[in-house]
Amino acid sequence: MEDLIPPPVRRIVVDTPARVAPAHVSNGTAPAPQRSAPGPERMTLEAMSVFYGDNEAVKQVSLPIRQGQVLALIGPSGCGKTTLLRTLNRLTELTPTARRSGRILLDGEEIDQLEVTTLRRRISMVFQQPNPFPMSIFDNVAYALREQASKRPRKHELHEYVEGALTRAGLWDEVKDDLNRPALRLSGGQQQRLCIARALAVRPEVLLMDEPCSALDPRSTAVIEDLISELRSDLAIVIVTHNMQQAERVGDLVAFMYLGDLVEYGTAEQVFGAPRAQRTRDYVSGAFG
Amino acid sequence: MGRRLSRFIEQARRPWSDQRAEIVLGALSGLVLLTIFAMVVFIFAKAWPSLSANGLGILGSGHDVDKQLGDIYNSPAGEKNFVYTLNAWPLIYATALTTVLSVGMGIFISLFAAVFIVEFAPESLRRTLNPVIRLLAAVPSVIYGLIGILVLVPFVGNHLISAQRKASVEYVLTGGLSGASLLVAVVILTLMIVPIMVALNVDALNSVPRAWKEGAVALGVNRWRAMWSVSVHAARPAIVAAAVLATCRALGESIMLLMVSGSVGFAPNPLDGITFWFEPLRTVASTIIEGADSLATPAYARTMYALAAMLLASCFILSFAGWLIKQPLKKYGRGV
Amino acid sequence: MSTFRVPPASGTIPPSHDPFSPPATEKRRRVNESLSTWRWSDRIGYAVAWAIGLGLCAVAFAIVGFMLFKGLSVLSLDLIFSSPQASADQRNSGGFMDPILGTMILVVVGIVIATPIAVCAAVWVVEYGRPTWLARFVESGIEIIAGTPDVILAVFGLALFQQKLFAPLSFTAQGGAVFGRSFIAAGAMMSLIALPMVFSSTREGLQAIPRHVREASFGLGKTRIATIRRVLLPSVRTNIGTGAALGMGRIAGDTAIVLLLAGGTLLLEPQGNVPGVDVLTGTGSSLTTYVFNNSPAGEGNAHDKAYAAAFVLLLIVVLLNFGVDKIARGRKSAQWKT
Repeated sequence: MEDLIPPPVRRIVVDTPARVAPAHVSNGTAPAPQRSAPGPERMTLEAMSVFYGDNEAVKQVSLPIRQGQVLALIGPSGCGKTTLLRTLNRLTELTPTARRSGRILLDGEEIDQLEVTTLRRRISMVFQQPNPFPMSIFDNVAYALREQASKRPRKHELHEYVEGALTRAGLWDEVKDDLNRPALRLSGGQQQRLCIARALAVRPEVLLMDEPCSALDPRSTAVIEDLISELRSDLAIVIVTHNMQQAERVGDLVAFMYLGDLVEYGTAEQVFGAPRAQRTRDYVSGAFG
Repeated sequence: MGRRLSRFIEQARRPWSDQRAEIVLGALSGLVLLTIFAMVVFIFAKAWPSLSANGLGILGSGHDVDKQLGDIYNSPAGEKNFVYTLNAWPLIYATALTTVLSVGMGIFISLFAAVFIVEFAPESLRRTLNPVIRLLAAVPSVIYGLIGILVLVPFVGNHLISAQRKASVEYVLTGGLSGASLLVAVVILTLMIVPIMVALNVDALNSVPRAWKEGAVALGVNRWRAMWSVSVHAARPAIVAAAVLATCRALGESIMLLMVSGSVGFAPNPLDGITFWFEPLRTVASTIIEGADSLATPAYARTMYALAAMLLASCFILSFAGWLIKQPLKKYGRGV
Repeated sequence: MSTFRVPPASGTIPPSHDPFSPPATEKRRRVNESLSTWRWSDRIGYAVAWAIGLGLCAVAFAIVGFMLFKGLSVLSLDLIFSSPQASADQRNSGGFMDPILGTMILVVVGIVIATPIAVCAAVWVVEYGRPTWLARFVESGIEIIAGTPDVILAVFGLALFQQKLFAPLSFTAQGGAVFGRSFIAAGAMMSLIALPMVFSSTREGLQAIPRHVREASFGLGKTRIATIRRVLLPSVRTNIGTGAALGMGRIAGDTAIVLLLAGGTLLLEPQGNVPGVDVLTGTGSSLTTYVFNNSPAGEGNAHDKAYAAAFVLLLIVVLLNFGVDKIARGRKSAQWKT
């Protein structure tokens, strides 16, 4: 696969030994990231490619996505990681010029054969910019439940689901005194956790996160990273991130993409500590990106 | 004199300072406010004799308003002999009826049309619909009236109203049911206000951030429901503003209604059943227009001013009501 | 924008030309968002939306087609260029030259009065705008004018121009009562109709000019008013033009003001002594009142003439409203670099 990789962006000296991944920079009290055991394989990508018109944005990627483990997709801008993520819940279909080939399986079924709204209830997504609806906090979290129910549910029926979702997202304590507050008045970090709660309210099986912390301050980022670690036990989580340190903290498995190709895939220790591909080594050491 | 003039011109031709420019421009802008103020003052001043003579009775009913208008027109000469008595309820009721019915239907139709244009129309249809809406908005009301009176009114009169129905109202309406009716008036008025609302609603829906719609779709909600529960929900203040604008337009529509609504000061009675839709009426605006030639008589002119004053007041109240309605809708809106 | 149809399996590029197209064995039917999972109310709503969309198109085509048919079948050059004559017989009642002239006079007078005021107001609101409450009042005021029905403007015009102050602008009767109705009076009120359109167009144009343009001009030492005159206004010429065209369209289509304020004479009847100006202080009619008067609702009953005049009116209005597209398109090539 390395012959197909295009030439490097900058001149790199080939003989440099593989650099050890930089030590976790913190104030010394952060614990080492805990890796969790793999669960069942929920989603599988088989030789998947995505085309925007003529342009092949994702080239023949094959990956497993397991419950209980967080898959972090890293790579420089434009490498196709967001496109890959959006393909998982068929959000690329909103773009008219997008086309997909290859197979994506959810619990053994091809996602193309599933009805798309049902699919998106099983695979939820959190976006880069927090996008809570212009409604109250309660209405935001209950939104999907209300819209998908065949009969409009009562507020007290929804309350336990809303509470459960907000608790799982770690936001319950902060908002429980007034759930009717406008959601847009929350801070950025709280809004993102609200979006996570909204995504969790439908009890999805897979959670996709597109650079969820890139618009947030470090404290909110830390809160959300802890949240991700807690959630991974009963969800398969795929997180796209620009931040390599975040990928190392949060990700159990890391996939490095470059210009649409899946360059390397392995555990975080492997990819950051002893990357096999030269390209990975260059990216991880900061030679480009 | 000549010297002063030439000095004035010389001063004006010098490069203007910012201060002077600001004052002049500001004064011209203030002219706009002055015009509105003058409008209110003049109309109410001219209307005052009629308004004060009638008091709140002008809103009352129970008399033949056409006959009263005739009496006013025929008032004997001399300020003291002017007749002002007017119970304009049939006119007011007719205005309210046509406005409420057409705006009610119009909001429904224009929302569906806007949602269709923004989200569900195929590209070719969307490209056709934009000029179509602009065309419908640009057609002058007299042409709508012409088509109404020469096509729809005969159609309704000859094909939709049976002879029995015409016979049934003979004792109440001397003119009978000619087809110029509430039905035609409401249909054409709705058609006239829908394009304005559609254009404004489309702008409003397009300005809702895409992130919200994408978020809703990513939660597994189908596009139709996502459109309504997120985009339309978020655009509610703008939709209300569009509806208020359309209502003002409907209130003030004069010439088209004069041509198709039958020009009889009659208050259609909902208890008449289907005949309700075929009864003629005349709105306040149409009455003002109809008496255009008769405005020479002072008493009649003042009565018309009184009607105009009522219309002006309704427009102001309506705008204020629209502003009031928008306030709670903005509570959950964008940002603080 | 997204489409609702099931996309073809091979996308938008025909397989023979596309090196990246999937092998033939990969073709399968995409199960897209199918209507069967929607609730019944959603499905009905969707059908209604389609019906309304198609219905609006159908109505517009019907109106235009009908007017074309009826108008062209009666219209002749003779009608356009001959004046109306009072006659019971339709064939001898002449054409509608005077109403056409009346419409043109009103449009010109209206737009000539409206444009300077609207442009000055827009410039003041965008470039100066102090005190802020006054600027907001002016903007609200223009919105109020935009929302005022034309009947009320007509009545206001009558009240205004019947004051002794405005006597020279119209006819003064023997007893001293000012007639108050003339082309100037009507034109002045028409300017109120066009004012909001020119104002909002100009304001949009001015707001679209990026700040660095003004800052560059100030940096060269020019005063704000000089900047406005030399830099900003020339670049919003197109916007002023489109706003004026839209305003002219609205003026041409208005009836109430003409009915109440233009005097109601079928022919142009100049009033006063100064040639040229006497037409403005005189009375006349416009295409709109001509159509009204010839319909069954007016005195005439010349349906054919009414259709012909209505057709000409529609043509004028459509040209004014859709001509703005041509003006705007020419401008697209010169965009500000932000």
